[in-house]
Amino acid sequence: MQKKFLTFLGRRRNWSIPYALFLVFFVVIPLGLIVFYAFTNNEGQFSFSNFRKFWMQPEAMNTFIFSVGIALITTFLCLVLGYPAAFIMSRMETRSTKLLVILFILPMWVNFLIRTLATVALFDFLSLPLGEGSLIFGMVYNFLPFMIYPIYNSLLKTDRSLIEAAQDLGATPRQVFLRTILPLSVPGITSGIMMVFMPVISTFAIAELLTINNIKLFGTTLQENIYNGMWNYGAALSLVMLLLIGITSLLNSEGSSKTAEEGGLI
Amino acid sequence: MQKSENIISIEHVSHSFGDKTVLDNINLVVGKGEFVTILGPSGCGKTTLMRLIGGFLKVSEGKIVIGGQDMTETPPHRRPVNTVFQKYALFPHLNVYNNIAFGLNLKKIPQAEIKKKVMQVLKMVSMTDYEERDVDSLSGGQQQRVAIARAIVNEPDVLLLDEPLAALDLKMRRDMQMEIKAMHKKLGITFVYITHDQEEALTLSDTIVVMSNGKIQQIGTPTEIYNEPANAFVADFIGESNILNGAMIRDNLVEFAGNEFECVDSGFAPNEPVDVVVRPEDIYIFEMSDKAQFSGQVTSCIFKGVHYEMMVTTPEGFEFQIQDYHSFTPGKTVGLRIKSNDIQVMKKERLCNTFEGTIIDKGQVRFLDTNFPCDEAVGFPVGTRVLVSVEFGDVVLHDNEEDGMLQGDVDFILYKGNHYHLTIVTDDNEHIFADTTDIWDEDDRVGVTIAPVAIHLTNL
Repeated sequence: MQKKFLTFLGRRRNWSIPYALFLVFFVVIPLGLIVFYAFTNNEGQFSFSNFRKFWMQPEAMNTFIFSVGIALITTFLCLVLGYPAAFIMSRMETRSTKLLVILFILPMWVNFLIRTLATVALFDFLSLPLGEGSLIFGMVYNFLPFMIYPIYNSLLKTDRSLIEAAQDLGATPRQVFLRTILPLSVPGITSGIMMVFMPVISTFAIAELLTINNIKLFGTTLQENIYNGMWNYGAALSLVMLLLIGITSLLNSEGSSKTAEEGGLI
Repeated sequence: MQKSENIISIEHVSHSFGDKTVLDNINLVVGKGEFVTILGPSGCGKTTLMRLIGGFLKVSEGKIVIGGQDMTETPPHRRPVNTVFQKYALFPHLNVYNNIAFGLNLKKIPQAEIKKKVMQVLKMVSMTDYEERDVDSLSGGQQQRVAIARAIVNEPDVLLLDEPLAALDLKMRRDMQMEIKAMHKKLGITFVYITHDQEEALTLSDTIVVMSNGKIQQIGTPTEIYNEPANAFVADFIGESNILNGAMIRDNLVEFAGNEFECVDSGFAPNEPVDVVVRPEDIYIFEMSDKAQFSGQVTSCIFKGVHYEMMVTTPEGFEFQIQDYHSFTPGKTVGLRIKSNDIQVMKKERLCNTFEGTIIDKGQVRFLDTNFPCDEAVGFPVGTRVLVSVEFGDVVLHDNEEDGMLQGDVDFILYKGNHYHLTIVTDDNEHIFADTTDIWDEDDRVGVTIAPVAIHLTNL
């Protein structure tokens, strides 16, 4: 018996069983349930009514479009702020970068709810209004490290000799950046965008706290439905969001599948 | 080869990283259209020199003139120089065509012309039909060709090649050597080729620059370098050689390995100690007869394809490496003979270790940042600056670095037939030379001691 158990352990393949079980119970089955709920009505019969409701109800649709807009703006701001930061960090000596990287990562050690509450307090203290502005500020503040880190990683992995090769072939510092450094960091940019865009689109806590529930994001709508027992409609909305995220990741991986292994976190 | 015009001249260039000097007062002139190879072991400064010519490093001291213009401060993109990098450095985000067209695109040349030029160089490096390929999908040799094409398509005045063949296997390397040589002939531009492979240097170059420890050891044609090495380092580095201590008895007569030999060198002081170099293929080996100048016993014999390589030990205890088409079985006593013009006599760079030191007290002298007990210190007032000399054989090396009065690393080992001549680099970057019969490896960490009787002092 014991011997049998040992040979069972001896097979490397068997080590994946615990995780496979986890996957089945916490990923595959829930996904199946979401699909099932999304395509059934209250009585458990197959129907498209949930999607029809989403399509017809301007409120849900508007929230959806608004959320996508907020996510796009946040991602764009993170990219604009994050790329130069990552670039400067990747150019610095190792000793000083370590400190900087820690400084960038440090806020992430604090729970993001606490961070967001602190942001609310800060806005209060400065008597700034809570609204769209504070929402975007909170999003950018929370998700900026997720943009910087993958870009920093891919810039760091860029072979210095490629930059020298570009210089050697006559590229001015500007051309070196535009023609080698930037295109070579695309995998990092892609993962950064994914890391920011995906969570921002589904988040609701930040919106709730930073706008005192004045602005609803798609995540909020979703959460409210589920919370109020509207499982079928909620599942349909989740599916729509999953679809959107799925499409963005597909678009991303299309462009970078070749260089994906060279940078980034995804 | 026309030497009428100089394309590169490097004047008194030194370079250091921190307090470590990697290039020490380099002076080098490269003629237009020449194929110059900079040859040396790793860490000799050849890559630094290349990077200075390419402009990737700033010169600490000295001047670099390219094509008649002072380019010491010119950034790489404004130098008429293109480089083939050691690891190719092809742009992974561009295909073969766009890699090669990179430089031309920057110069805003019309697309039609770019296309024509790219196709031309692709043909030249035998890579036609590969223009759409991804560079990652190419083999090492193919990437190498693309890297060369990308550089020469810009028609630079000088092409720098930084160990371009180091990553290829032997056969591929041989083929590429021939192609590079043919390319040089066809293009007529100056090639500066960096390598640690002496065979490659001998095959390709018009001129070889041998470097070691940040200094140029010798500049010459391949034949000059091989037949008349300037010092023991060059002799040891280029090809196989027997290097022995000798003494110049008088003009055209040299003593080494316990025998006297006719030679063709003159101009030395009587009995001046010298280094003697004899190439393994220049020693005649035959059945013992009265034609023999000296004799020896074969200790090993290895077949090397074309020739046999034998180790022969003389009764005086000197070991010779000999190459011959005939084999002699180990144990056999053989006759040996060396022709006078096959003996290369070189002035010794140094006869003993010399350091500057200060007398600490009646029994101690300080040099190399260490206090050494010294018998002769008695004869000097405290604080006197003295010249310290220590025979190579009196430097004692210890396996355990703690046993030494100071520590260092074995940097260079030269076999002298019956002993090894070691260069030890101390932690303060000072050189100590030691003769020993023990076997050490390069980069071994050693402790160094010198006996009180072996330290000789003279007034500075």
